Amino acid sequence: MVGEHSARVHEEPVSFWRRYIFSTDHKVIGIQYYLTAMAMALVGGTLAMLIRLQLGWPEAKWPLLAKIFPRGMSGGVMNPDFYLALITMHGTLMIFFVISLGLVSGFGNYLLPLHIGARDMAFPFLNMLSYWTVVPACVIILASFFVEGGAAASGWTAYPPLSAVEQAVPGSGLGQTLWLLGMALFIASFTMGGLNFVTTILNERTRGMSMMRLPLFIWTLLIASILGLLAFPPLTAAAILLLFDRHGGTSFFLPSGLYFGERVLPHSGGSPLLWQHLFWFLGHPEVYVLILPALGIALDLLPPFTRKPIFGYRLTVYSLFAIGVLSMIVWGHHMFVSGMNPYVGEFFAIGTLAITIPSAIIGFNLIASLWGARLQLRTPALFALGAIAFFGTGGLGGIFLGNATSDIQLHDTYFVVGHFHFMIGGVTLLALFGGTYYWFPKMFGRMMSERLGKLHFWLTFLSFYAVFLTQHFLGLGGMPRRYYAFSKFEFLAPIRDMNAFISIAAFVLGAAQLIFLVNFFWSLFRGARAEQNPWRATTLEWVAPTPPPHGNWGETVPEVHRWPYDYSVPGAPEDFTPQTVPPTVVTVTQ
Amino acid sequence: MAEGRERFGRTLEGFFFAFALFTIALVGIGFGMRRWLPPLASEHGAGIDRMIRYLILTVGVLFVIGHVALGYFIWRFSRQDRVTYRLASPRAEKLWSLLPGIVMALVAEGGVLLIGLPIWQKYYLHPAPPDAVLVEVTAEQFAWNIRYPGKDGRLGRTDPRLIRYDNPLGIDAEDPASQDDVVQLGVMYVPVGRPVHVRLRSKDTLHSFFLPHFRVKQDAVPGMTIDLWFTPTQTGEFEIACAELCGFGHFQMRGVLRVLPPEEFQRWLAAQPTFSGQ
Repeated sequence: MVGEHSARVHEEPVSFWRRYIFSTDHKVIGIQYYLTAMAMALVGGTLAMLIRLQLGWPEAKWPLLAKIFPRGMSGGVMNPDFYLALITMHGTLMIFFVISLGLVSGFGNYLLPLHIGARDMAFPFLNMLSYWTVVPACVIILASFFVEGGAAASGWTAYPPLSAVEQAVPGSGLGQTLWLLGMALFIASFTMGGLNFVTTILNERTRGMSMMRLPLFIWTLLIASILGLLAFPPLTAAAILLLFDRHGGTSFFLPSGLYFGERVLPHSGGSPLLWQHLFWFLGHPEVYVLILPALGIALDLLPPFTRKPIFGYRLTVYSLFAIGVLSMIVWGHHMFVSGMNPYVGEFFAIGTLAITIPSAIIGFNLIASLWGARLQLRTPALFALGAIAFFGTGGLGGIFLGNATSDIQLHDTYFVVGHFHFMIGGVTLLALFGGTYYWFPKMFGRMMSERLGKLHFWLTFLSFYAVFLTQHFLGLGGMPRRYYAFSKFEFLAPIRDMNAFISIAAFVLGAAQLIFLVNFFWSLFRGARAEQNPWRATTLEWVAPTPPPHGNWGETVPEVHRWPYDYSVPGAPEDFTPQTVPPTVVTVTQ
Repeated sequence: MAEGRERFGRTLEGFFFAFALFTIALVGIGFGMRRWLPPLASEHGAGIDRMIRYLILTVGVLFVIGHVALGYFIWRFSRQDRVTYRLASPRAEKLWSLLPGIVMALVAEGGVLLIGLPIWQKYYLHPAPPDAVLVEVTAEQFAWNIRYPGKDGRLGRTDPRLIRYDNPLGIDAEDPASQDDVVQLGVMYVPVGRPVHVRLRSKDTLHSFFLPHFRVKQDAVPGMTIDLWFTPTQTGEFEIACAELCGFGHFQMRGVLRVLPPEEFQRWLAAQPTFSGQ
């Protein structure tokens, strides 16, 4: 098993199509995923800017925007149903088509074989298939903006009856059908990817790469992939059932007596709560599918810039497993006030708050890894440190929401919006950026600009806090989420003006990402040439040539003799000892 | 020389990072000490507020400690020229991990078990007291229908097929219990100091009955009747908001809750026309 496959050298394809478009090379596929995610992020980010424009100045007129969105912003004023389409698509795109694709599929595909000393993924063809399944998913989901009634408008959670009944909301027409089809394709693709990850990690490790010598990013990918494989199928089933309810006259999620458009609908016997259970059975593990690899990247970016091992490798692995197991049994904390049996709510509250224990251990290990370090604040390190701060802030906010009692007041308010943006928006985005600055030299053979990178970090980090920390407090004030404007309620009068401040900070946050884009494409062509191992790091990808050729390793695959964090080993010639250095040369210290 | 400049540069950057994190901690303290919750007007709400205040205090302390520690570490260790502490022993790692584990067990689990769930149980697991005022709240896109059972204390039968413009709840006129029902749109009256038993329903999509001042939030689910109860402690006019996305008018699905002295409430109720028009 281990090492057996690594002996074969793949034939390198020569035609342009096989090389760059329908490639089975994990590196090309990883970059394809990454660039796709980047394109989707541009759309998702633009939607966020429009959302903030509306919330900051709900009464204002924007004649210019009326020309770009003649239907959604007729007369320069945003329509409420267009606003709902914006929030729905912003959430859907960012969670599934940006973070999942960029962080998990993008970095996962690019780095996994390089990290474990394999020549490619276990199933290269399946890998290509998974990418080319997600492309139509992207097209379908984007196309929904242009159909009659506009894009889906029932929230990224797509709760029925809103998502099931056409008359309920304009986006519940063809837009919602396309949303469901796009999601089904996305899930099919992500499942193929997950199978590939698990198989590759278990079977394709090179000689000497035992499980406890895996970089933590690979551990997080393994756990995230297993979670994805277990949790996604119920949502596929739910999406298909919802399609039946919409177009086949069934009543899985629709009870009797629904009154829409002056008539009673013929459905009977279903329950909207069933959808919520199925959705969150996926939805909660899904946030760990995103956040665990982000934490893995943060953990792995520290040692090259602290020049010392990570603190508590083993306990981190155990904690990751504990989080993975617990994350499967806590979905009900999204449903404390949904009408679910309150006894069950108690179970979910206790289970949810149990997750804080392994999470706090990981957070502690992250901070403790700095102790005694020779810290070098290069751009990737800044992003990793920022991710620690976000993980702390987001995690602490979660304690309010996992607690059923305080959740009664905070549920569906801006507290929730602030919380999940820190976690699946902030930690993941910083990891995605930190990973990009760090692995860009390996991927493209050039360095990214440090100056622009640091500017990008500081603008992102500070404006992110300004936006989403503030939102926590608006949530305490009772400000409900998914509101098109806050002008109708007197109890919001004391706090609603803070939305203008939040919007300005959000625009800074959005503009900062343009710096990243400029840096990315400028460095692609003009960046300084990278050495093979510019960060003087220990993991296997830096042993490979830059950029790695097809098959990654040339004639012989590397053999591993130590864990990935042998920095500053006493008596070693350098302050980093790559995993390939045999114990006869430098002692193994783990 | 170049090394000295390089060292100065990273010291400065480390200081800046620490300064940013300390500032965030300070802003957190400043915000956290402000009063954000809408003024309280219900009995069980005091318990929910106690839970939230406990969390603001304990979690707030962890927020400050976390940011200060991270900032201090970054500042201090960005100045170092060599690694001074490399690898902890497995025993030390295990012992240190007890610290975050125990803190979270106390703050998070302890909080919910000792403070949170007793309130949760009082609020959710006990039926409304027998002297409660019964009010049916039926949500629809984008309004709140309020119905009182009248003198007989029983709500009449409803059927969605009977819904007409002048009978928005589809009340069955054949049912004797319907005759003295009182139906209101958008404004709910309740007496102060007496439990209010709400029977929550929805005609179309999900909604959520959110009384920000009363710490009440409960989704209205079509096909289900959900019971909840609370006791107002203040008279006055309050707002009912919808907290579950229900369509394009979600943001303006406003209702009014008027809490009256008991006698005034009785006078008001007696003066309202009943379903049968008597």
